[in-house]
Amino acid sequence: MTTGQRPLSPHLQIYKPEFTSALSIFHRITGTGLALGTLLLVYWFFTLVGTGDAFVKMQIFWASGFGRVILFAWSYALFYHLCNGVRHLFWDVGIGFDVAAARRSATAVVLLSLLMTFGAWAWGLSLLGGS
Amino acid sequence: MSLRTDLAKVRGLGSAKEGSAHWWSQRVTAVALVPLIFWFVASIISLVGAQQAVVQAWVATPWVSVLLILLCIAMFHHLQLGMQVILEDYIHVEWLKIASVMIIKFLAVALLLASIFAILKVAFLG
Repeated sequence: MTTGQRPLSPHLQIYKPEFTSALSIFHRITGTGLALGTLLLVYWFFTLVGTGDAFVKMQIFWASGFGRVILFAWSYALFYHLCNGVRHLFWDVGIGFDVAAARRSATAVVLLSLLMTFGAWAWGLSLLGGS
Repeated sequence: MSLRTDLAKVRGLGSAKEGSAHWWSQRVTAVALVPLIFWFVASIISLVGAQQAVVQAWVATPWVSVLLILLCIAMFHHLQLGMQVILEDYIHVEWLKIASVMIIKFLAVALLLASIFAILKVAFLG
């Protein structure tokens, strides 16, 4: 019996992509992105130690156009993973399992995470005086 | 000869031989991270454009130091549990799967310790 050639889960290639399955994959993609982001977070903690210019250099980078694009993607990934994670917690206690409810909560996650991202940026930019 | 019954031997052990411990830890850390992340993001936004000394003073506030360390513990534990599942699902070469899961676990511990070290250094020495 050949056991080496058997297809292994999760059989991504045989499922028709759905709105809900796209969210599921995106949860893993954002999770992986956030995991990579922790490298920058740990580096930021170290720029706080002592009085070197690494802190100012990093601040200038985040204020640049490219820095802001990264920060925006990071903040959306964080809010998306948080909202969809809470959706998972509801499933874990048995709430919202049927297809219609899963589609509704999927829409809610997409909208709420966008709202939180724009809200966070509106607050942050207002503190900078709109620049 | 063991006096334990067959049922006692398998109770709590799923097919993966570890029961629901991994799943449960993922949920516990997720619940812990919800308020911690909201607090952290709100704090970071209110510190936008701040001088290094201001951020250092914030990190050095005792309850902030403690919350930051709690955040790092929950975050890196959650991170390595989640990445383990992803690596186990998509890497089908056995040695590579084991090696990458191990590397993620090593990295998570190293980055957690590095974070705690940096936070404490700022808290105690500035």
